[in-house]
Amino acid sequence: MIEARGVSKRFVKKPDLAARLAGRLGADVREETVHALDGVTIAVERGEVVGLVGESGCGKSTFGRIVAGIMEPTEGTVFYRGQDLKTLQGGEAREAALQVQMIFQDPFASLNPRMRVEDIVGEAPLLHGIVARNERQDYIDATMRRVGLDPAFKRRYPHQFSGGQRQRIGIARALAVKPEFLVCDEAVAALDVSIQAQVLNLFMDLRRDLDLTYLFISHDLSVVEHISDRVVIMYLGRVVESAPAGPLFDGPNHPYTKALLAGAPTLDARRRIYEPVKGEIPSPLDPPSGCHFHPRCPHAMKRCREEAPALKEIAPGRHSACHLNDG
Amino acid sequence: MAPTHATLAVEGLKTHFFTKAGVVKAVDGVSFEVGRGEIMGLVGESGSGKTVTGFSIIGLVDPPGRVVEGSILHNGENLVGLDGERMRNLRGNRIAMIFQDPMMTLNPVLRIETQMVEAVLAHSAVSKEDARTMARDALGQVGIASPDERLRAYPHQFSGGMRQRVAIAIALLNKPDLIIADEPTTALDVTIQGQILYEAQKLCRETGTAMIWITHDLAVVAGLADRICVMYAGRIVERGAIGDILERPAHPYTRGLIGSVPSRNTRGGRLFQIPGMTPSLLNLAPGCAFRERCPAADGACAVEPEPSHPLPGRELRCHHPQLEAAP
Repeated sequence: MIEARGVSKRFVKKPDLAARLAGRLGADVREETVHALDGVTIAVERGEVVGLVGESGCGKSTFGRIVAGIMEPTEGTVFYRGQDLKTLQGGEAREAALQVQMIFQDPFASLNPRMRVEDIVGEAPLLHGIVARNERQDYIDATMRRVGLDPAFKRRYPHQFSGGQRQRIGIARALAVKPEFLVCDEAVAALDVSIQAQVLNLFMDLRRDLDLTYLFISHDLSVVEHISDRVVIMYLGRVVESAPAGPLFDGPNHPYTKALLAGAPTLDARRRIYEPVKGEIPSPLDPPSGCHFHPRCPHAMKRCREEAPALKEIAPGRHSACHLNDG
Repeated sequence: MAPTHATLAVEGLKTHFFTKAGVVKAVDGVSFEVGRGEIMGLVGESGSGKTVTGFSIIGLVDPPGRVVEGSILHNGENLVGLDGERMRNLRGNRIAMIFQDPMMTLNPVLRIETQMVEAVLAHSAVSKEDARTMARDALGQVGIASPDERLRAYPHQFSGGMRQRVAIAIALLNKPDLIIADEPTTALDVTIQGQILYEAQKLCRETGTAMIWITHDLAVVAGLADRICVMYAGRIVERGAIGDILERPAHPYTRGLIGSVPSRNTRGGRLFQIPGMTPSLLNLAPGCAFRERCPAADGACAVEPEPSHPLPGRELRCHHPQLEAAP
């Protein structure tokens, strides 16, 4: 349904005035480039829930934004139903943009504090001609009920709701334009456990009722394991492993995936000794050569320092980027 | 365990906030003990009073908040009503605290060295040289490479995980016998969180320091703590050994909480969902605070339940404990 092929994103920090002056005086001043994404290819099938996992700075949010059309990739192409998003014009482009909606992590920052809920939810469908002006109130009521909010509260402002309810408002806003595809960027990370469970259940219900497809971005492995059909693991701008959820959690292939799974606390593993991965997450400003994970990898060899491993199929439907698989 | 042998014994602690809108009973009758080398998990959702409990122990509750009742015995000495001078002597010396945000501990404009040496000299009469050596050793103890160089650095030159290690090192400086850790790994990545949990665990084993680990994440304490207290609306509703509670939760809230955590067993299915949300602590009605959300609630719950001990080593505040094994 959506396919991102070879998507790269670079953010360039131009030298500021002080740095330019220093440059004039002979200091070594360069543009700083962050390689947020480095040739990422991910395809999401219709009706599928794909979990995108990684730690801070791995580019998962940037990828979500590019897929949702909020950002342009530096290189690479995003296809929506086989069509290159960049080649679409006018009404077609608008149509495609409406079909992909995003739900953000922070329900406090992503809602306009000066708009009433009825306007937050009802503005876009009216503007895009999805609903007529005289049917608008009924439509808002129906959308609010769908996400478990009482329409009696539609005249309220976001600050009058709790965190979980605010997240529901964000979901209602996204659903109001009848999308097919939702990008959820850490959508439950800010919520308490009991509220998180309610929102996760809501996502599952919506998927069933509205036939939605999700790209579910999260750092929380247990959430991803719960909700996803397929999981993609990223590290410093690259995909290191991608596989169906079951096989991936039962037998991870890439050393980074193994480290992530071993380090994640779970309820059932009452393991008394943590065996941490060594080292810090390197800065994406200056990623390590070769395989980005090699400075922290217990199996790193000479080749890992020199050559970046390609993402290869290791079993049907499973891909991993590690030199160890070459035996 | 008799209270006098415990490093910390909290008995009937009540911390209330006297606001214009009314009295907020943030902590309302909390009792627990922590022994030498023991890790006690204090688990609860936002607004359950877990952080205020921590602040009450270390004497950091600001007006309009006040400890109105109860005792906090630290090695037999009551911390409630202690004069400011004596409390300052204990704080950072015998009792230390680690916060969620390490920048709450660190001064951004001072070198790590200055801050650490100051913390040593405030409590012991040693030379500056010795203080520096102690600081360096503490950094080494929490796994910071080349501590001599790092002492000269400023907080902004560290990554988030490193900063948290420095904050832990500062807490360790004076070899306290009690450390209160308030969500110290919540803001960290999975692999970095694993490293911090490993250090914390090692520390308590090796030095006999008692630790209170405040968190909303049951999975974190599942692998870390020896015993846990589950807090709800200012009260401890269930208390016992971690393994026992995870296997046989008896309070309906604990059951709901454990059921809400996504895990491999729940993949694709629905999560157990506690209806409603945490009540406001402002002018909370008498009786069991959980009864509005509780599946087992009946008329008896309008009366505040007294602590009972239905299982060995377990304390419970519930009229309808669920003693059969979890479904």
